[in-house]
Amino acid sequence: MVENVKELLKLHERITRQVYLDNENSSIVPPVIVEAMLPYFNKIAYGNPTLTHKPGWEAFEVIMTSFQQISKYMDAKVLEEITFTPGESESNNLAIMSSCFAQKEKGKKIIISEIEPINVLHTVEMMKKFGFTVTKIPVDSDGFLNMEKLKEAIDKETIFVSIAAVNNEIGTIQNIKEAVQIVKDKNSQILFHTDATDAYGRIPFSVQDFNVDLATVSSYKIQGPRGVSALYVREGVNLDRIIEGQIGTQKLWPGIENTPLIVGFTKASELAFENFEANTTKMRCLRDKLVDGVFSELSDLRFNGPKGEKRSPDNANISFLRAEGEALTIELSLKGVYLSSGSACSRRLLQPSHVLVAIGRRFEEAHGSVLMKISRYLTEEDIAYVLEVIPEAVNRIRRIVGSTGVE
Amino acid sequence: MSRIPLPYNPKVMELFRNPKNLGKLDDATIVAVAGNPACGDMITFYLKINEQTYVIEKAQFESYGCAANIATSSIVTEMIKGLTLKATWTDITWQKVTEEIGGLPSVKFHCGVLAVGALKRAIRKYFNAHGGEPAWMPKENTFEEKQALEEEELANTLSKRLKSEEEKSP
Repeated sequence: MVENVKELLKLHERITRQVYLDNENSSIVPPVIVEAMLPYFNKIAYGNPTLTHKPGWEAFEVIMTSFQQISKYMDAKVLEEITFTPGESESNNLAIMSSCFAQKEKGKKIIISEIEPINVLHTVEMMKKFGFTVTKIPVDSDGFLNMEKLKEAIDKETIFVSIAAVNNEIGTIQNIKEAVQIVKDKNSQILFHTDATDAYGRIPFSVQDFNVDLATVSSYKIQGPRGVSALYVREGVNLDRIIEGQIGTQKLWPGIENTPLIVGFTKASELAFENFEANTTKMRCLRDKLVDGVFSELSDLRFNGPKGEKRSPDNANISFLRAEGEALTIELSLKGVYLSSGSACSRRLLQPSHVLVAIGRRFEEAHGSVLMKISRYLTEEDIAYVLEVIPEAVNRIRRIVGSTGVE
Repeated sequence: MSRIPLPYNPKVMELFRNPKNLGKLDDATIVAVAGNPACGDMITFYLKINEQTYVIEKAQFESYGCAANIATSSIVTEMIKGLTLKATWTDITWQKVTEEIGGLPSVKFHCGVLAVGALKRAIRKYFNAHGGEPAWMPKENTFEEKQALEEEELANTLSKRLKSEEEKSP
């Protein structure tokens, strides 16, 4: 297997330019963030922040500063409301499991939308084993939540709602404030969580304004290092841990705080927020240029998700009809453009993205879908290069398809 | 939905990048299709058959699908060129195709199965149109033909179920 990969990589040797558009699934950490992290491995604050020595106190200081910074960007009231975890999956698991277990005497019903990210979807599915039920609220053809259905779904059994602020695949910006209002008007005890990993650093974002009880944000989605995320839990919401171990600076997540990663996450947040307007305007311009360019060069396309102000500035999701997504990602990789397809292979069938299916895309439309996410570090030249190679790649794959499947 | 690493081998990559025997064959004796767009997996084979000797003189393909689908379809056309229909039927199995291509990730085995399913469907179709199935051809569908059918039905059922759900909701 590894031999195969070595050969695969050799096929990329003649690439002259590389453009990373797969910021959904991992990211390039820019040198400025890596440099900010480096001293914390071996120069300073390498101690355990709960221990009584200099490296420990140094770590304590920098972690407290990070709590403060992230609290500021999320608009939390006190820094105890922030918990660092090793990732978005961990934060969402913590949010869901601890909220449900804390309220299991009050009811058993969980409400999510049909287009929640996999780490919410799979976690609530798992909660069924503990006797909880899951209701999924449908969305319209642009991915907007059906607020009427949400209202109808809330009953006396409902204890927990999780709706992502921005959909990770199609960039739909939900009206979280309205959804929270609907839920809290029915029963203010219901805990409302939002996966805000695609909102953080890309749309104006405040847990106070949203009025949510819990919110997840993640480092790599703003070009920070992988392996660190934060969960906001409103003061007064009392939750238990879901894993046990040595407790340090945070009561909801045990284990030794990962100081370098937390510093990297904080630095990435600083960079995302200190020039928020400029960053998001740049992302939006590059994204529009990319989408307009693809649509002017090719036909038989579908644009997935909303257009305009209700779409996250970094997100482009396009279905290329008569071209299968995985073939496209490989073809483009050989040209130095890295992106991901919405469908994934299972044993028998290609599994279409649940998000695209929920907004009413047919399977064959979902199979040709490609997700591209713009980071603030991309340039006009990068996009120009992508626009040069995408038509070539799509046309070659379409030549292989020929008349197959054309009705 | 989960993602699985797909470390394709050099032969798969070569046939993906430079597929052999690609494209419609205008003088094909028989054309057969397996899979459908909803599966994300679809192959058309074009075979030119010598009607006296039953030898496959030309074989071409078109494919909608992943790199493994494209590569296995292409290698099948290479493997069957010059074979009689009988030899093709008995010798070409999905395991042999997978072996010939140098192995596939297990999640992609169905690509080889679908390719052979399409091929067997083509041969059966030929004899049905030309005086009936020969004695060596089993009446019942082979494993690969059944799998192709199942895959098509599964995709159809899934997309139909989605459509009816859409119709129900306002």
